[in-house]
This record gives sequence, structure tokens and C-alpha cells, in this order.
Amino acid sequence: MSATDVPEAITRAHHEQWARVVAALTRRFGDLDIAEEAAAEAFATAVERWPADGVPPNPGGWLTTTANRKAIDRIRRENKRDTRQREAQMLHDDDRRPGPPGPIDDERLRLVFTCCHPALAMQTRVALTLRMVGGLTVAEIARAFLVQESAMGQRITRAKAKIKAARIPYRVPSAEDLPARMGGVLAVLFLVFNEGYLATGPGTDPVRHDLTAEAIRLTRLVRALMPQDGEVAGLLALMLLIEARRAARVSASGELVALDEQDRGAWDAAMIAEGHRLVRERLAAGVAPGRYQILAAINAVHTSARDVRDTDWSQVLALYNQLVRLDPSPIVALNRAIVVAELDGPEVALAVVDRLDDTLAGYHVYHATRAELLRRLGRSRQSRAAYDRAVELAGNTAETAYLTRRRDQLG
Amino acid sequence: MKYLVSVITDNPGLASPAEDAAIDVFNDRLQAEGHWVFAGGLGGPDTATTVDNRDGEALVTDGPFLESKEYLIGFWIIEAPDLDVALKLAAEGSKACNRKVEVRPFL
Repeated sequence: MSATDVPEAITRAHHEQWARVVAALTRRFGDLDIAEEAAAEAFATAVERWPADGVPPNPGGWLTTTANRKAIDRIRRENKRDTRQREAQMLHDDDRRPGPPGPIDDERLRLVFTCCHPALAMQTRVALTLRMVGGLTVAEIARAFLVQESAMGQRITRAKAKIKAARIPYRVPSAEDLPARMGGVLAVLFLVFNEGYLATGPGTDPVRHDLTAEAIRLTRLVRALMPQDGEVAGLLALMLLIEARRAARVSASGELVALDEQDRGAWDAAMIAEGHRLVRERLAAGVAPGRYQILAAINAVHTSARDVRDTDWSQVLALYNQLVRLDPSPIVALNRAIVVAELDGPEVALAVVDRLDDTLAGYHVYHATRAELLRRLGRSRQSRAAYDRAVELAGNTAETAYLTRRRDQLG
Repeated sequence: MKYLVSVITDNPGLASPAEDAAIDVFNDRLQAEGHWVFAGGLGGPDTATTVDNRDGEALVTDGPFLESKEYLIGFWIIEAPDLDVALKLAAEGSKACNRKVEVRPFL
């Protein structure tokens, strides 16, 4: 291997091995903090040594061994303090029974469930998952969520302290709790993806590819660990089908391009093919789909149409009707109304949308949807007012640019 | 591992007979399954006296250390192997006494 390949090998090892090293050390030493620190030290040692010594034949083994040694060094240093107290506070793992066979027993899955535990605040789960499972640095996570690095560092430190003191278990939940807990994990992954897909903040890029890519990578990992879970497959398909349109979604001038105006030739065919394959796999499973699978199927219909005019709207509506039964939230009702406009016209859709005013008046998409429907009905003055409100509430720079142009195009 | 499950209320009334009955059933279950350590109901904040003897001269004040709309009115101390078990028991306890509860580990 030539010297130029070393940085690439380190990056690959970091992607492939970080979570494995942290998970293995957490299991062995019963302490997330020790595991995280030792893993970080092991990777720093690799950065130092691999360019001179060459990349070891088994990078994962090398990293785990090095991290183990670092952890033992730290424990020896700390053992000069109170050993008994350390022992008592070890991260709890009462899973002495033989675990279920197969990939579900992967150490990394324990790590995912611990980081996404419902006793932690949602933002904390997101940060902890990106750090412990994704291997992002505290600085990177802080930048992604527009907070100070010190504040993010504290958040993660407090979370680790709570996990230890309150004894949040390091294990895959029992079969009985698994569906609910899995839902929590997927919510964390989808939140990371969405923050990348529609980044907020005036100074940020409208699409944060680093976050969408990380969310997809982590979802792939969870899928590899739980291949039988339909919602994991659904979420991965959903992310792929959205990510596939990334290049077409923002114009050269930084403006959002709506689905009906996108250059479909710029969509990523490989991602769409993979997304469609996952959706078909779930359809073939014949199990009632959950929310993410239905959303993926909706996106599969959109991405199957070569031209927006070929969109099978009645199929999309049927899927939304299915989704409404699972999730009767106003946001789902709003998205369904957009489909109703295609099938039954803007007037019928507007009546549906107006009924959502109570709950969605603070949501920019509600006003943008009303503006669009009012525009189609020729009610320009009202449409303009709705665009104004949408622009005021939108936090994404590309969306703001798009909404402003649409408003200014009104006659 | 022991956890304190604090019962929080904003209602000055005592537990209703139905709540009392449900609490009894829950307590029996805690004892039968080995989670029971101790439990008790408390008088309201009006009955509290705060004592501060940090300076060696005990300052006695009528009332709780902190006035708030919601306050502690009872507690369980339970034995549980980890937070997942403790939270499940806490959820049942909350249902039984029909009040919000807060779970904290003993160190």
C-alpha cells in the first residue's frame, strides 16, 4: 500500500470500526466514557503510526487491541482511587444468559439502544448516537446543530453520567419492548437525516450532505443488524429515495426546486434503484407496513415517474389514506391535501387545508401550501399574503428563496 | 440497585379510596416480586419545617425549602436491576396513585 492510501485507510477504518471498537470496549469495561476515550486515543495513535509503520493487515483488530490497552492504562491510573466505587458504578449488563443467535447480538446494537434510550432527551439521543455510534467529533456535532462546542460537550458528558448513575442498561431490549424502542432509534436517525435534508439557520448550506450521508450510513448499519425489521428497511428506502433527488433539489443559485420542476435526469439512479428494491422487498413480505414503509412507498411512486405528469396520483392518495390511519397528525393531513389538489382540484384541497389552521398556523409549509392553492385558484392577493407568512416562518435559505420567487411571480 | 420514586402532586386532597386500593395492589406486587424496600405518604408543604444548621446555629423556617405549585407528597424506594425495570415499575406506580412520579437512582 502506498503512502497516499494511508489517510484513506484510516478514514475507512474509522467508518467501519469506530462503533465496533466503542461497543466492544463498553461491553468489556462497562463504561461508555472509558470506551469513547480509548477508541479516540486508538484512532489518534493510528493516525500517528500507520503512515510510518504501514496499515496493519487487520485494522479492526489492531484498533481494538490498542484501544483495550489505552482503557486498561486509564483504569490502572484511576484504580489508585476507589476501586470498589468504580465497580459499583459499572454500566449494567445483566445479560449473562446466552443471547438470541444471529446478528441481533452484535455489540453495536446494544450501543445504539443505549444511546437512544427514552430516558434521555431527544437532542441528547441524537448527539450521543452521532458520537458513540457515528464517531463524529463533539466539534462536528456542535457545528451540525449550531450550538457551541462546549455546550455540546457538556450535553454528552451529562448523558454519559446519567447512563452510568441511573443504570441505563447496555443491552438490546426484550422482544416485548423491541418495537417501541426500535421506533425511538429510527426517530433519532430520521431526525439526523431531516436536519441534513432541510438544514435550518441563515448561515448554513440548505442541504447538509454530511448529515444525510451519516444518517444513511447509520441506518444501513441498523439494517445490517436487524435485517428482518420492516420499518428499518422502510426508513432506509425513504432516505435513499429522498437523497437521490439531492442534486436536483437546489438550483445553482441556491433556490429550492419543487418536485414538479426538478430535472429528473439529475436524480441518482443507483440510489433510486436501491430504494425501489427495498420497497418491493417489503411489499413481498406481506406484513402490514409501518409509517416509514408507507412514506418510502409514496416516494417510490414519485421516483417511478419519468415526468411529473406520469405520476400515479391515485396510488399516492391510497398510500396517504393508509398513512392517515396510522398517523392522524395534521402534518400528514396537509401532505395528503397536496395530493387531493392533483386529483380533485385546488378548491377541494383548500377546504381541507383551511381546517388545519388551528394546529399548523405556525408551520411554514402550511402557508406555502395555501399560497400555492390560492395561486391556482387565481386568488392572488390572498396567495401573496400566505407566501409572505411562509417566507417569514421558513428557516431554510433555499426554501425562502423559492417562496420569495413564487410570490413575486404572482400577477 | 435502589431507586427513589417520588410522587409529585398539585392537588392538596388526599388519595381517593380507589387510588388507595390501587396503591395497595401495587405495593403487594412490589413485595411479592422482591422490588419493595420502603414507601410512605407525606404531609403537604404546609406541614414542612426547614432547618439550616450549616453555620452551627440552627435556623428554623416554617414551610418547605422551595415553594412550588407541584410538590412531593409520597415516595417509594424500590430495588430494580436497571433503569428499564425501574421505569416500568414507576409507570405502574404512577397509574396506581394517579399522580406524576420522578425516578432517581441512589448512588
